[in-house]
Amino acid sequence: MEPLTRNKIPTPHLFILAGMILLATGMVFGVVGGLQYVIQGFIKSILSFDKIRPLHVSSVVFWIILAAVGSVMTYLQQHTGRPLYSPRLARIQLLIFAGTVIAILCSYCFGVFGGREYWEFNPWFALPLVLGWILFLINFIASIGSLKNQPVYVWQWMTGVVFFLFTFLESYLWVFPYFRNNIINDMTVQWKSYGSMVGSWNMLIYGCSMFLMTKISGNKDMAHSKMAFALYFTGLFNLMFNWGHHIYTLPTHAFIKHISYLVSMTELVILGRIIWLWKASVSEARRHFHHAAYRFIAAADVWVFLTILLAIAMSIPAINVYTHGTHVTVAHTMGATIGINTLLLMAMATDILKDREHISGAPGGWLNAGYKLANVSLLVFWLSLIVAGILKAVWQMDRSQVPFSNMMLQLRPAFIVFVGAGITLMVGIWMVLFAQITWYSRSRVTKTPRRIGGIHHKESTAVTVD
Amino acid sequence: MAPDFQKTIVGLLLTLSFLTYSFYLYSSLPVRDAVFTIDVDRGKAIWQQHNCTACHQVYGLGGYLGPDLTNEYSKRGPDIIKAMIRTGTKTMPAFNLTEEETSSLLSYLKHIDQTGIADPRSFKIKLDGTIDQE
Repeated sequence: MEPLTRNKIPTPHLFILAGMILLATGMVFGVVGGLQYVIQGFIKSILSFDKIRPLHVSSVVFWIILAAVGSVMTYLQQHTGRPLYSPRLARIQLLIFAGTVIAILCSYCFGVFGGREYWEFNPWFALPLVLGWILFLINFIASIGSLKNQPVYVWQWMTGVVFFLFTFLESYLWVFPYFRNNIINDMTVQWKSYGSMVGSWNMLIYGCSMFLMTKISGNKDMAHSKMAFALYFTGLFNLMFNWGHHIYTLPTHAFIKHISYLVSMTELVILGRIIWLWKASVSEARRHFHHAAYRFIAAADVWVFLTILLAIAMSIPAINVYTHGTHVTVAHTMGATIGINTLLLMAMATDILKDREHISGAPGGWLNAGYKLANVSLLVFWLSLIVAGILKAVWQMDRSQVPFSNMMLQLRPAFIVFVGAGITLMVGIWMVLFAQITWYSRSRVTKTPRRIGGIHHKESTAVTVD
Repeated sequence: MAPDFQKTIVGLLLTLSFLTYSFYLYSSLPVRDAVFTIDVDRGKAIWQQHNCTACHQVYGLGGYLGPDLTNEYSKRGPDIIKAMIRTGTKTMPAFNLTEEETSSLLSYLKHIDQTGIADPRSFKIKLDGTIDQE
């Protein structure tokens, strides 16, 4: 066990804090990209859309990945009651990831791209990321020991860690001519990998969410229940086989589409059900104690339902043919990555970063105001994308099709609302991040164990479980 | 059966199915006999180097700022595409490609065009919710 020092920041916390900085930055890139929709040629000569889009996508994807890794590392220690197998490996992983992320973001500014849809960078940068992830895999497996009698969240973490590596490697099969030398083959494998990769990071996040719910409620049985495992295996089934709904209109094998159509996206509904049942069972006192973290989960709960509605509709090929290639797809992605992933990660960040001795009592007003602003803005943002998507779908199906540029002009009012809501969403998230980071900066490592939800807390590297 | 054993069996079966499905797909990719010349490969590399997919879609997959380019080659013809690449638009930067690079990029767009039709109006919707291309 590492000696406790007053100002030392644990490595898992550094993962989360680095992720937060990327989220804050990624929102700026997102707003600039949005402005390029409504102001034609906006800073085109400095940062054209081909640069802004990957800057935005990679920043927010790395926020999700880094924050998820930091959360898994923290909760893994709280679960086992031991420090990580190797804190040094975790630090090396952090250094590799931090260096690579900075290099990737800089590469876009110099016009160096991977040119793939949608998460792209030069393939050479994939090598250090794979190396870093292997270190994480080693650390995870060595820390957890065995899957015997483990709760569902450990299975979810294991799945996320293993499948992320597999799908990430798979997404680079295009470098081999066998896979690359036809657009249809290439796109089939590409969307197979990316579809499942999203499922793999969802596994990491949902596992942490399940751990947090267990911690708050103090109900350990929930994570061992048959229902929880049935839902986990349904999610795994979806991760493996539902990716074909991205390519219904691609002239690839028909069986891929039929399999995907049949494998429904039930994982989010199931998670929503768990959250709902858990919410009813938590006592008022405990709910109050974890108020900030709980509220993010409650908001994510709403977004689960909104996103699942859209996801189910889009998984039906007859509907997908209308929504495919429109902003309805973007609305779905934003609902999932901001409404679910980011809000759940913020719940975990709020929970994890408070596991220190704080000089001030709570993050306070900025957090509450930011939370409200972000959620209202996200709803407007999401609705404006759906409206833009419907208008584009009507245009796509119109026999007397007007030119693309005219259609984009018709969508302008929706884009203006989208950009306005994007700006207030950015401000809301900044306020939340500002509250969390300043609150954390005024804290120190605590040596006094505190009892929370059946788990003794000292700090993230020194925890014992009842 | 012990619960852990059951979970392990289900997990292994799913993983085995996934791996079988994956490797079956790798070995039986849908298009086997397409003509993919060195020029098309070079065009694809240029497409990726300039991150064209940030703004443009192929089969409805890609960015949303520019039009879907799957069938633009047959719709507009190489000359108009060539002019747009050279001069740019209000939104799109002018790419300073050489004649050779432009020719390779056009070969790639021609190749994409020959793989199928992306227009959603060409799909026939069936009662079971599936779709077919006309």
